[in-house]
Parts: sequence; structure tokens; C-alpha cells
Amino acid sequence: MVHDAVPAEEKTVLDEGIEKGASRLTEERIAEVINRVLYGEGGARIRVYVDTCVHCGLCSEGCHYYLSHDKDPHYSPAGKVKQTLWEMIRKKGRVSPEFMKRAAEIAHTQCNACKRCSMYCPFGIDIAYLMLVVRRIVHLLGMTPLYIQSTAHSHSATMNQMWVKGDEWPDTLQWQEDEARGEVAGLRIPLEKEGAEIMYSVIGPEPKFQAQLIYQAAIIMNAAGMNWTMPATSGWDNSDMAMYTGDNELMGRIKRRHFETAIRLKVKKIVMGECGHAFRSVYDMGNRWLGWKMPPIPIVHAIEFYYDLLKEGRIKIAKKWTDPVTLHDPCNVVRGRGLHEKARYVVSQICENLIEMHPNREHNYCCCAGGGVINCGPPYKMTRMLGNRVKAEQLFETKSKGAKTLIAPCHNCHSGLEDINHHYGLEMDVKFISDILYAVMEKPEKA
Amino acid sequence: MNDLYRFVTGPLAWIAFLVFVAGSLVRIGHMLYLVRKKEAFIFSYFSMSYGLRSIFNWLIPYGPVNMRRHAVLTAVTFIFHLALIFTPIFLLSHVVLWDENWNVSYWSLPDAAADILTVVVIACCAFFWIRRMTQAEVRFLTSASDYVILLLVAAPFVTGFLAYHQVSGYPLFSILHVLTGEIMLMIIPFTRLTHMLFFPFTRAYTGSEFGAVRHARDW
Repeated sequence: MVHDAVPAEEKTVLDEGIEKGASRLTEERIAEVINRVLYGEGGARIRVYVDTCVHCGLCSEGCHYYLSHDKDPHYSPAGKVKQTLWEMIRKKGRVSPEFMKRAAEIAHTQCNACKRCSMYCPFGIDIAYLMLVVRRIVHLLGMTPLYIQSTAHSHSATMNQMWVKGDEWPDTLQWQEDEARGEVAGLRIPLEKEGAEIMYSVIGPEPKFQAQLIYQAAIIMNAAGMNWTMPATSGWDNSDMAMYTGDNELMGRIKRRHFETAIRLKVKKIVMGECGHAFRSVYDMGNRWLGWKMPPIPIVHAIEFYYDLLKEGRIKIAKKWTDPVTLHDPCNVVRGRGLHEKARYVVSQICENLIEMHPNREHNYCCCAGGGVINCGPPYKMTRMLGNRVKAEQLFETKSKGAKTLIAPCHNCHSGLEDINHHYGLEMDVKFISDILYAVMEKPEKA
Repeated sequence: MNDLYRFVTGPLAWIAFLVFVAGSLVRIGHMLYLVRKKEAFIFSYFSMSYGLRSIFNWLIPYGPVNMRRHAVLTAVTFIFHLALIFTPIFLLSHVVLWDENWNVSYWSLPDAAADILTVVVIACCAFFWIRRMTQAEVRFLTSASDYVILLLVAAPFVTGFLAYHQVSGYPLFSILHVLTGEIMLMIIPFTRLTHMLFFPFTRAYTGSEFGAVRHARDW
């Protein structure tokens, strides 16, 4: 009785990737793949986690989908495991293609792998991991949602997420350099500078449609007097949707290219822009797949980088941001790296007034875009909107206390919160930290 | 009846303890074997200090955020687990058995206190039962086995209570008390009661990842 009470908005979603993939499946093939993943590739955690779960339901309130859907148990973390893995284990993998369609939808679009629930489970069961196991099965069955699979294809063909061609990349950097030289005389975006202290890396969408972020980064690097570089080759993109589709082999290829590029440039560390999932990929998952306990080159997330710049006085603030701000804690750099206090320091240095949202820090509600969910594309936009009403309520509360600007130091959070913002009519101004830092910092003399 | 009593208090008691101890060792051993074989990286990320930090914080009543959100359940859960473990170990008639058989003697609970704790355990089981039936998010996860396990946990306490108060037919309840207690002991390694064995491991691993790698709290 797993299929009852499927919420209305999910029934209308038709995903070609899932549908076509499922149409090619047989129960034998499904069973073979499920058993290979559950008992061949994995085993220890899956077994212990499933056996230890006492079905207490205490993880439920950890999940923003559950809270947003008026506590519908289908959306509780353990409820999602029940509708996927428990059934697969109970039936020894012999589940139908129809069942797998629903499982793919749950694992890919009703869980952001934000790991908030593992702080609500008394046993600390990593339910996000279990959902990623389901995605791995979905991947091996060839039925990954269309849009995110297309992104993975882009990674595979171009080593970046957005089909940015080889020459388009340095072209974009030079274009931004030109633009920035209009503001700061003699500014450079150094390419292929061997032995630089920092390799600055970004995600595919930055050159594709957010080039101003590269511009801002260049101004900040320049003002701080950093010895930095960007690669002119592939390996510049730190993003990684393969990590979220369960295509671990591809995740390994992408991360190897990224790390090897930094090693080729003989840099001391990689500084990355404001992205959460990419941080998880380079700091937590991709490096592990490649056999590195920790990243082979230190990885510094933008929040930490700005923190260091401000602490060391390398950046001076001309006039703090006056609009009251609120700060969203992204899962992958807060639950994933504990950068919440550093983020608050940065915000306190560049903004006059921070109004905290509640809950916050490790307990902040997810943006509902991360974990690859926003990358599953337009068919699931309403899944994200209805699945995160609780975020809108949380933001509305800060707005009622006066917050006008919403700082989201993560690309997925930023895009997801922008959607929430519009859908629920919050009319907040969603910003990256770098947007504000760029606006309020003292800049070198004009050209 | 006497034969049956001798069987459950003799050979079956041995078997029950053996199954519990050996079964527990096998489960933990198998888990460690699986980790070593399939996910050996877990050992390298394991941190004793952060693991213990996590366990410690989750043993503080109302410490973790989620416990504060569920005030009544938290109270019932702590009281239940403490009474469940404490009562049988320090019950006078159990201590006497240790003394008679092994010459081991230690402090015991006053009978009146043990009686109250027994009722408390039974009441807690009833609470869990009702919670399973009435809370939608728990009911959704519940299968028949969850109720059966709950019954098996309550059974030694119910029968022990009846035997102690010598209700009519109490010799039978004495036997049932011993028998259900042994069954409960034996199923620990093989049912979801294994959470007793795995709690320190799952908690410590998550605590290690959150603490040593992610530099964040997990409670």
C-alpha cells in the first residue's frame, strides 16, 4: 500500500527520463541491479541503518517536505525509506517498474540530501545516504530524471555542468577582465599562473549566466592583493551533479580533473565561490571516491575566504549595507563544514543589521533546491514550492521583523530561495555574500 | 508444571543467555566484518572523542533539539529504558537467584519500588502502543512486528507483576515470566531490539562525521 495518497502535484509530473527508462525495465533486471547495489557495492551501513531503525518517526520533523505538507507521513524521512528501500529489501529486489518510478521520484525530488534528519534521529541514521543509495540504483537502471541526467552528460562530455565549450571559458574570463578593468585600472584575471597561491574555482552556471560573479570575485581578489589564478583548461568547474545522480564513476572523473588541474598549476589551495553542493563534492564525497581521506589540496569555501580577508584586514569596508539582512545557512557548508559562525562574522562586518531566521545554524530549514532537486528541472518546480512552504513561513517571519535582504551563500540555495521568494510573494532581495561585499568594500582607484 | 519450571529456569535459561551473548557478538562482529570488507573508510573517519561527544549529548534528557520538541515522549523514553534495564538487574528475587546459584550478591531494590517500576515499564509500553496507533507519522512506519516486539518487551513485566502479586494461577505466571524474559533476551540480537547493540556505533559514526569532518554539532 505504498502508492496511496500520493500528493496531487506529484501525479501530474511526467518525467521523460524516468518514464522512458522504466519502459525498458524488467523485474529481473531491477532485482539484479538492486541486489548488486545493496549487497555488492554497499552493505554495512544499509544493513545496520535498516535494522537499527525502530520506526519511531522522530526523524519526521527534521524534514521540510514533511512539515510543508501538513505532516503527511509519506514525506517523513523514514517514510521515504519505507516507500523505497524497505520494500526493495523485503521483496529481495523484485519490485515493479512502476514501483521504481515512484522510488526515483521520491529519492530525486522529495529529498534534498540535506542531512537535517540525521540530527533528529536518536541513532543518527544517515537517511540522506539511504536516499542516495536509491538514486544509485535508479542511475544503474537508466531512469534518472531527464534534466539532471542531461547535466551529468554535460559533465561527462565537457567536464563542466553547462556545456561551456573549451574556448568559451577563457573567452568569458577575458570578457569579465575587460569589464572589470573599466572599474579598476590594471586589474587582471590571471590565467594558468603556475605557482600562484590560490586557484579560484567556480561552478558551470557562473560563466554561463552569472558572469558578474566572476567579475566581483576578480575585484575582491584584486583589492585584497591575492596571488591567484584560474585555469584556462577544463577542471575549472567544481560542480558535480554526478554525485547526486549516483553516477559515482563520473563523479570521480570530474573531481580528478579538478584536483589535477590545481596540482598542475602548483597552487597552495583552491578557493571556491559560494556554492554548497560543489563544496560537498570536493570536500566530502568526490575526494573519498578517489581515495583521499581529505582533499589533496586544501579547499577553502568563499565564506571562509571572506572571513580570512576581513579578519586580516585585507579588505576594508567603505560603508556597511544598510538594509536589514537575514542569513540562510546552507546545509553543505554549515551541517557540512560548520561555517555558520564565520558566515555571521562576515555578515556582521559588511552589514549593519542581521535579523536571524529561526531555526538557524545547523538546524536551519533546507532551501529545497539542493541535493540535485532543482537540477531535475521545470517538471518539479511545484514540488519544490509546495515542499518548502515552511521555508516561506520562516522567511516571512524575518521579513515581519524588518529583514529586506536575504543572504544565501550557496548557488542552489540562492536559486531555490529566489523561486520561493517569487512563488510566495515575499519580495525579499536575494543576495550572495559577494554581491554585498563587492558593493560595500573600498575599491582601488578608478581607471 | 514442575518439570516445565525446571526446564525454563535450567537449560532454557542457559540457552537464552547464550543466544543473547553469542548472538550479540555475532551481530557486532558481522557488522565490523561488513564495514571492513565494504566500507573500510568508516574506520578511518571514526573519531573516539567526537563519537563519545555525540553519544554523551544524546544521553542528556532534553539536550538535543528534537528531545525538547517532544517533551512527553522524551520523558517516557528515558524512564522506560532506565526502568527496563534497572528493574530486572536489581530486583530482589533476581539478586537472590544470583546469590543461590553463583554466590554473587549485590544491592537490591526494595520490593515496593520494584513493583512501581514494573508498572511504570508496562505503562510506558502502553504509551508506545497508543502512540503507534494514533500518531500518523509513526503509524505509517509501523508493521505488525513492531506491535509484537512491544508485546514481547512488556510480557516479562506483566507476568512478573501477576506472579509477584500471586493472582490466581500464579505458578503459571511464574513460568511465563521466566519464559517471556528469556524470549525477550534471545530476540534482542535478531530484531529491531538490536538498536540496543548498534546505538553506540551508529551514533558514534555520525558524531565522528559531524564533529571531525564537518565541524558541526549533531544534536
